[in-house]
Amino acid sequence: MCTLEKRGNLFLLTLTGDNEHRFNPDAIATILSLLAQAKSQAKRGSVLITTGHGKFFSNGFDLAWAQASGSLTGAAERLHQMVESFKPVVAALLDLPMPTIAALNGHAAAAGLMLALSHDYVFMRKDRGVLYMSEVDIGLSMPDYFAAMVRSKIGTSAARREVLLSGKKIRGEEAVALGIVDSAAHDSAEGVVEATVGLAEKLAAKKWNGDVYASIRKSLYPELCEILGLKATIFATPKL
Amino acid sequence: MCTLEKRGQLFLLKLTGDGEHRLNPTLLDSITSAITQIRSDPSSSQSVLITTSDGKFFSNGYDLALAESNPSLRPVMDSKLRSLVADLISLPMPTIAAVTGHASAAGFVLAMSHDYVLMRGDRGFLYMSELDIELVIPPWFAAMIRMKIGSPAARRDVMLTAEKVTAERGLEMGIVDSSYGSAAETVEGAVKLGEELVRRGVDGHVYGGMREALLKQVLHTIGSNESVSNRMRNSGSKL
Repeated sequence: MCTLEKRGNLFLLTLTGDNEHRFNPDAIATILSLLAQAKSQAKRGSVLITTGHGKFFSNGFDLAWAQASGSLTGAAERLHQMVESFKPVVAALLDLPMPTIAALNGHAAAAGLMLALSHDYVFMRKDRGVLYMSEVDIGLSMPDYFAAMVRSKIGTSAARREVLLSGKKIRGEEAVALGIVDSAAHDSAEGVVEATVGLAEKLAAKKWNGDVYASIRKSLYPELCEILGLKATIFATPKL
Repeated sequence: MCTLEKRGQLFLLKLTGDGEHRLNPTLLDSITSAITQIRSDPSSSQSVLITTSDGKFFSNGYDLALAESNPSLRPVMDSKLRSLVADLISLPMPTIAAVTGHASAAGFVLAMSHDYVLMRGDRGFLYMSELDIELVIPPWFAAMIRMKIGSPAARRDVMLTAEKVTAERGLEMGIVDSSYGSAAETVEGAVKLGEELVRRGVDGHVYGGMREALLKQVLHTIGSNESVSNRMRNSGSKL
């Protein structure tokens, strides 16, 4: 369901298989453990790229698994479990001691869009794939850290409204115009990955101290970090 | 260190000399005492402050070499800059930074602590250098950046790529209000803007109070230090 590959400086996290890459407890646990692996092997110049196979980057939580519990309360409990257990994934990405880039091969919806936005840079396809916060359409309430992520990463009130309230399926060009993603310039998944590799190499060449990088990243998003229970590390000695 | 000149209703504060204008305790004290002088001027509530510098640098940040040789001075410089920035935020007059050279880290924050940032476009950059020199960014610096830079992507570029922001990029990001062909033209531009602001005739005390309200979150983050809070209380609004 998910693999971690190392290519030189690059960690490539791939959501594998031609399916919706839905997040159920198993998938979440796997992603978490792969991120922990990347963290433990991090060094100066490391960069993470996260991508997927097929039509979907991720279509969010595994609602079918929730419903398979057989009762309304059971479904609600399972959904709650997924919402809570996904928080550490977001936290792990915010804490990761290296630059992170999401290379969206396809659709990113709900928790799938949150996974994308948890990265420092988001690239998507120009020709295919949409961003979609489905909650308003399917009547799910918005977890507090999802709303905080949108507030942290999306700057204008019009863009936030389009993402959270409109139930709109946002395509690449519009996503760039709204400031949600950094690029939607390529007409294939391979093109997007190639572009992110290019960016990754530029970032890797800086050979930044990963702990300092993570600390500065967290200080960009104090509200989100507080909700996730993430503390910024305090001091480092300057390289004079 | 720094000089203070009055031209009509304009106060011109200049960081002097051809050096990096590193914000060491001495320079910080010198700037602070200039601000105190400005406050005590009877016509201060109908005036404008312009801050500028000589040479290649607006300010290259804290005096890190000094801090290296005497680590106890690190919190002293931090505390003095917090006080100074809180002072600027409550200052009963519009403030303009005429950025005529590089402004890095604490120097960048000092520039951003002004209501208007005018910058030369021919050379020089704003630079949050911390990532490149392996320093973390203090939360109150990040609070100022969040206040003054609107787009999350631009904040990320400034803090998380340590971009060397030229005036052109600064205009795009909304950090810089206008850019000019040279250092002299930048100062001229600041003087013109200052005169326009004076002509508007706003009551400086009202203006300062409004600015404090607008930057409340930044003041809150700065003020986690008791001595700074006391100073802020003393320079409160006239109600």
